[in-house]
Amino acid sequence: MRKSPANNMMLQTAMRYITIIVFAFSFYLFFAGHNSPGGGFIGGLMTASAFLILYLAFDKKIMKKVIPFDFTILIGIGLLFGVGTGIASMLFDYPFLTQFFDYFHIPFFGEVELTTALSFDLGVYLVVVGAAMSIILVIAGDDE
Amino acid sequence: MTLLHWATISPFLLAIFIPLLYKYFRKIHTGWFVLILPLVLFIYYFNYLPVTRDGGTVTEHVPWVPSLGINFDLYVDGLSLLFALLITGIGVLVVLYSIYYLADKKEKLNNFYVYLLLFMGAMLGVVLSDNLIVLYVFWEATSISSALLISYWFHREKSVYGAQKSMFITVFGGLSMLGGFSLIYVMTGTFSIREIIANVDLVTASSLFIPAMLFVLLGAFTKSAQFPFHIWLPDAMEAPTPVSAYLHSATMVKAGIYLVARVTPIFGGGATWFWIITLAGLTTLIWGSVQAVRQKDLKSILAFSTVSQLGMIMSLLGAGSAAYYFNDGDNLLYTTAILAAVFHLINHATFKGSLFMAAGIVDHQTGTRDIRKLGGLMTFMPITATISLFGLAAMAGIPPLNGFLSKELFFTGMVQASQYGIFNLDTWGMFLPIIAWFASIFTFLYCAILFFKTFRGKFQLEKLNVNKVREAPFGMLISPIVLITLVIVFGLFPHILAYSIIEPAMQSILPGILSAGERFEVYITHWHGFNLELWMTIGVFLIGILLYRTMSKWSKFGFYQTEQDIFNYVYDQGYDGLIKGSQVITRAQITGRLRDYFVYMCVFMVLLIFYTMFKYDGFMLSTDNLSPVEPYMWLVLIAFVASIVAVPFINNRMTAIIVTGAAGYLVAIMFTIFRAPDLALTQLLIETVSVILFMLVFVHLPKLKKEKIKSSTKIVNLIVSISVGAMITLVSISAFAFGSETGFSSIREYFIENSKVLAGGYNIVNVILVDFRGLDTMLEILVLAIAALGVISFIKLRLKEGEDV
Repeated sequence: MRKSPANNMMLQTAMRYITIIVFAFSFYLFFAGHNSPGGGFIGGLMTASAFLILYLAFDKKIMKKVIPFDFTILIGIGLLFGVGTGIASMLFDYPFLTQFFDYFHIPFFGEVELTTALSFDLGVYLVVVGAAMSIILVIAGDDE
Repeated sequence: MTLLHWATISPFLLAIFIPLLYKYFRKIHTGWFVLILPLVLFIYYFNYLPVTRDGGTVTEHVPWVPSLGINFDLYVDGLSLLFALLITGIGVLVVLYSIYYLADKKEKLNNFYVYLLLFMGAMLGVVLSDNLIVLYVFWEATSISSALLISYWFHREKSVYGAQKSMFITVFGGLSMLGGFSLIYVMTGTFSIREIIANVDLVTASSLFIPAMLFVLLGAFTKSAQFPFHIWLPDAMEAPTPVSAYLHSATMVKAGIYLVARVTPIFGGGATWFWIITLAGLTTLIWGSVQAVRQKDLKSILAFSTVSQLGMIMSLLGAGSAAYYFNDGDNLLYTTAILAAVFHLINHATFKGSLFMAAGIVDHQTGTRDIRKLGGLMTFMPITATISLFGLAAMAGIPPLNGFLSKELFFTGMVQASQYGIFNLDTWGMFLPIIAWFASIFTFLYCAILFFKTFRGKFQLEKLNVNKVREAPFGMLISPIVLITLVIVFGLFPHILAYSIIEPAMQSILPGILSAGERFEVYITHWHGFNLELWMTIGVFLIGILLYRTMSKWSKFGFYQTEQDIFNYVYDQGYDGLIKGSQVITRAQITGRLRDYFVYMCVFMVLLIFYTMFKYDGFMLSTDNLSPVEPYMWLVLIAFVASIVAVPFINNRMTAIIVTGAAGYLVAIMFTIFRAPDLALTQLLIETVSVILFMLVFVHLPKLKKEKIKSSTKIVNLIVSISVGAMITLVSISAFAFGSETGFSSIREYFIENSKVLAGGYNIVNVILVDFRGLDTMLEILVLAIAALGVISFIKLRLKEGEDV
């Protein structure tokens, strides 16, 4: 990952398309989580692995340009989502972390179930992506 | 939340905005924003004065954890109001003073005022809380903010040392106090101080009475710097002077006094309480005053003098507790000591606060606090000199200042106590006034030294760190002038305080002494006639002057030449021993090899589970009702076992990674067979991610060497591995057998029925994670976050070769 050998054109070309599929599938897993297998944890791991194969295929410098932010920030944002969902229910005088759900009719999507659990799960998702990526990148980038 | 609650926590709320105010209003000194709050609070609390003056109290109730008896209840009576007024009143003056003291642009004012406000809020919480646990929380918050303020100039080594020392000692006391509170709860079943006082019979009858008392007193003594825990206070002088004036003389160190006064109705009345507190107080009094004479630093002298004055107030509270013993008939005679304690508490805050501020001015204007370098400052700083003169005269007990009145009352209290004729006082009682008298001589002596060495004598400009000495700016002088005016006013007209403040405070310390509708009648006078106290005072003056006159003779002795307190030596040795001892223990188990730690964990887990299962007879080795194993499952199982067994025999790292990965994927297949798609997905992804991780770091890994391991180690490892496996197998079989035998329905039924109804989701695993057990998940992602940050800091901040913790 430090040096980018010149002869991995095949890998790079393939990864460009494969990662799109992996990302799409990870989002599907994340949103499907409430009713089918999936959820924040699994979706987060899937996203992290998509990022990781990108890092495998491309140079660290190129990746720095593509993803200009630090993954550590995602951990903080994720925790805020998790705790924020909990506190939000307190503002309406319910116990901490009470979850709500209801069904709405949205054009194009039809009958959709919206839950506060989704925002909580988003927190889980972001923490998993952030933690996995920052741990792996810091271990891999350790040149000493 | 009532207005009283908001007022009490308002310093915390303001503290949140201080960094913003500091950042966006750089032109204005942050202190001006802070100054408004204590002023408003002082006026607010002052409005309670008419209520408490007539013996009334105010209670405000806010539930916090009602199931554990922990409520944020605030209680205003004479004693707590006295402290609240002290905290906010002195707070105003100290903040005003600090604006000029910390005028340097480079000072980190945002830190300073955040800490100061934290302290102010915590201290108000301590004195107004009715609930012991809430009191404890605020109590520790004062310790923390005090340590932060001591280490405000954290680049100085001595500041950090002082902060750590104060933290160690006060938090140690605080924790033991928590133990005492818990014991009180065991005895009475409540944390509310008022309810405990109402059920005081439960406490006095209990066998836990003495332990609870000792634990609580340990907290009070460490906080109020009582002998031998006083050593943290002189080192706390590394804090900026406004902090010393505020925390370490006027308010925080009096928290211990407050606590003792507050629990006097619970523990007071017996010989143990009387003797422990009186003796601790008197020992502190004489030790502090003798040590103060030896010091050469202005603030050190004042610090030891504070120690000694705190001891004096403490001993008065001890002597005054005897009033409970005579709890019948004409017992008002025995309350002089309590009166003296309350009165001196106020007086000490006024004169010691002004003295610290004056010392700060001298330091600020001359650059030194060493009395050997100072001298002759009266010509250059006439106002500061006048302030110091009155402050020191009050402390030395010269009439007609307020210090004289309370010193006389102190002598009266001690003389009276020696004549009670109880608690063996007929044998030992005569020592109380004698010790008090001796200590007062030294008090007089160090007051004289402090004044004459600083403001009189030869002026030595060459020894100072400045080119020219001039009087401080007017703003800096306002606060000490206000305090010194109070010293004089309280001295001339003590009855301003007597009716409205002292009497209600005495009533809170000694409830139950008075019958309903009665109140203490306090009469303070300068002239008592030619009695023993007067002769004691005259003796103090004469011998004090004599000792000061002969100072050139005795100052050559080793007693004066060195200034180290013997207990500092004890503390430093104990501290070093603690560090060394912990290092020995740590080195013994932290080998730096992951597998050693893994062995510790496995052995502990096996022993714990085996012990628990064995003790409760939990092993059930029945194989009934097991589902049959299908042939294709045997295939998966055999492949799984084969890959696991192969790993120890592989000498190539790449092969090892692949084979371990295979075992992981086989586990995923097992999850699929048992229809657990979420688990299977997670397992697959974890395996994938860790394989990628391995590929990323593969370059860095050293070549797998054939290690020479002792065969005894191998056998131990083998035994540990087998016992972990065996234990897990046994536990799972027993759990299954237990379930099928007793017919307990599995918890899954509940989730299957309710996941759609209550949480609107069909995926039970996910619903459990985000809804039913959402709090667990939240804490899990927190753990994940902490682990990630841990890994990052371990790798980024790791020690260089040969470096040690």
